[in-house]
Amino acid sequence: MRPKRRRMAFLGLGLVLLATAVGLVLAALGDGVTFFFTPSKVAEKKVPAGQQFRLGGLVAQGSRKMLKDGLTVSFRVTDCIKSLPVVYTGVLPDLFREGQGVVAIGRLEPSGVFRAETVLAKHDENYMPKDLADQLKEQGKWHEDGGGKPCPETET
Amino acid sequence: MTAEIGHFALIVAAVLSLGQSVLPLIGASRRHGGLMALGGTLATGQFVFVLIAFGALTWAYLVSDFSVANVAQNSHSKKPSLYKITGVWGNHEGSMVLWCLILALFGASVAWFGSNVAPSLRARVIGIQGMIGVGFLAFVLLTSNPFDRVNPVPLDGQGLNPILQDPGLAFHPPLLYLGYVGFSVTFSFAIAALLEGRVDASWGRWVRPWALAAWSFLTLGIALGSWWAYYELGWGGFWFWDPVENASFMPWLVGTALLHSAVVVERRDALKSWSVLLAILTFSLSLLGTFLVRSGVLTSVHTFATDPERGLFILGILILTIGGALALYAWRAPILKGGGLFRPISREGSLILNNLMLTIAALTVLFGTLYPLIIDGLGLGKISVGPPYFNATFIPLMVPMMIAMGIAPFLPWKRADFGAAISQLTFVGLVTILVAAVILYLEDRSSFLAALGIGLAVWLVGASLRELASRLNLFRGSLGASLRRAAGLPRGAWGMTISHAAAGMMVAGITASGVWQTEVVRYMKAGDRADVAGYSITFKGVHQLRSSNYLARQGIFAVVQDGVNIATLRPEKRIYLPQRMPTTEAAIRTNLLADLYVVLGDPNNEGGYAVRLYHNPLVAWIWIGAILMFLGGVVSLTDRRHRVGAPRRSTRSIAAPLAKA
Repeated sequence: MRPKRRRMAFLGLGLVLLATAVGLVLAALGDGVTFFFTPSKVAEKKVPAGQQFRLGGLVAQGSRKMLKDGLTVSFRVTDCIKSLPVVYTGVLPDLFREGQGVVAIGRLEPSGVFRAETVLAKHDENYMPKDLADQLKEQGKWHEDGGGKPCPETET
Repeated sequence: MTAEIGHFALIVAAVLSLGQSVLPLIGASRRHGGLMALGGTLATGQFVFVLIAFGALTWAYLVSDFSVANVAQNSHSKKPSLYKITGVWGNHEGSMVLWCLILALFGASVAWFGSNVAPSLRARVIGIQGMIGVGFLAFVLLTSNPFDRVNPVPLDGQGLNPILQDPGLAFHPPLLYLGYVGFSVTFSFAIAALLEGRVDASWGRWVRPWALAAWSFLTLGIALGSWWAYYELGWGGFWFWDPVENASFMPWLVGTALLHSAVVVERRDALKSWSVLLAILTFSLSLLGTFLVRSGVLTSVHTFATDPERGLFILGILILTIGGALALYAWRAPILKGGGLFRPISREGSLILNNLMLTIAALTVLFGTLYPLIIDGLGLGKISVGPPYFNATFIPLMVPMMIAMGIAPFLPWKRADFGAAISQLTFVGLVTILVAAVILYLEDRSSFLAALGIGLAVWLVGASLRELASRLNLFRGSLGASLRRAAGLPRGAWGMTISHAAAGMMVAGITASGVWQTEVVRYMKAGDRADVAGYSITFKGVHQLRSSNYLARQGIFAVVQDGVNIATLRPEKRIYLPQRMPTTEAAIRTNLLADLYVVLGDPNNEGGYAVRLYHNPLVAWIWIGAILMFLGGVVSLTDRRHRVGAPRRSTRSIAAPLAKA
């Protein structure tokens, strides 16, 4: 091959690889992406049952209960406006506490209960999911001096 | 008093770095030997003063000087001494001082160990290091001063986040920074080369050891982080494609590409402007990672100490560095003439393939990491990009690269005979196909992925060993002759073989632990038994423990295999006292082929506990592989050619006419 054609060959290879990567990215964006909703957004958007999303909010005071099997935990996630019942089977993270921020990944069941597959609480005492903090600020429910506990009173 | 000494030392270091960022560059352009040499002195000075500052901060931690705000917020008098020291970098301010210390260390190292580098290039490299130093020292002094005092002085500190009170996490940040910041040297070499307008084979030879050192530390740092996540978070996983993890992984990918392209620069005097670009990108990604981690713009489960205002400052440094570097690149790179083209089927051709794959893979990771920011910025909602995206993009790109990784070492430079290379790999190829076929046939769940992953692992390890065997002339000559060849083999070749085989081990570990993991979540009362992957595990009950700074509830699990009691596992749930913060300590038993992993969960009212049990096959190979990879890098680093005097620089200079113009 002549040098010019060789250079074209490498360039072509690079472009083919890049195109492959773009194709993979576009295909993966479909199911690799999950939306983040607070309970109010879930109600507002009428999220259908079965669609995976990340639910963020605070664990409502007094809502945490262990079910009969000793493994399934139920609690409510609230954003001070609306709240949503959540069930999760397994071992909760250490920093899971009532009144603290939490992110749960899972789906709504037809009954309206959110079944969590994963529950995340950050390894930081004053953890507030950033997305939630932003939304609370938008809603004017954020009090900087509240130590990350923006709504002491929660309707359920 | 020590706090004031530390603060003052930091200011002196900042002033010295200011001088370092100007004087040697002037010296290099005016060919003034004295000014050029001054750069090295200033770099050493900067290091000494940052070291004094770091020492002062460490001292404040050791003696629990709670009049220093940073110590009061992050330490506690009852904390074990080890964690008093590691607590220095367990917070934002302290970790930035460590960052500056390592940056200054690398800058000074160029002065100390760079005697074989041409003086003008060395002076410029030191000058660029000085500029980066100015940026970060200003950042510490203006936004994150660790020496601020508090009044009144609290009686005791608030304690270090218990999750950081762990040997694994204690040494994770220093290693990671040695990697991140180490790439500042290759960046400085790239900018210096652009300023000089010249990149030649000797540039490749000078850059490679720095890239190797940074890469080795980054490898170890990332691995330590993932190991920590594995045993500490209690999820049985080690990699979550979290933005913070990606932030360290992207520079690793591009740095790996740089490692390989630098060889082509050295051996074939080609891929020059590409290597310069890679060097710029690697450090840019390191800075981007720092920005993402510190600013909290992305939601991550790992970040500590985020502050948007500080993020803005780092964003400023980031934009200046990347923007400046790329602008300079656009302007000067066209004059870096390549040393001719080469054939696709050759060592250099395969290294180009490696580079393309790694950078494109890094691009897909970058896109996935930043996509939530883009969508949020466009007001399209809040999303997160999870493991499915990364698995679906990253893995397909790695598969062809790993196949090529087995063949490439058999291809000689310049012109290779593909058939001859393949014919040496017939046996390894057959074994690979056989293993994959057996897995496909035996295994009923996720069998395709398992066959692919384990097949690739066998291929990589096999091809690496085969290549070593042919270099040593093993099985063809006498054993003694082979041993003599082994002793004479360049260290660089050993390093490559070790690292490539290590990559194979890691692939095996990642695949097996991902595909064949067994997870059992059980509600257990004392006396209950759970069967996991052939082991029967009996819960004997719990008892309470007390240590100097935590209370623990320890579960006792007896592990029985084939009727023989082989181990007792003791997972804990701890409450750290100053903060009353709970942590989970998983109990892990490994026999190197598989890990048994038990997590004690919360009790319910009836005295039983939620228990999580895992059986993770081959998971230990991931970290063994990472350590081998690190060792491969170290072995390469000791190669003779990095120590002997520099090769003669080509006399052809493009800088001279440009300087006149």
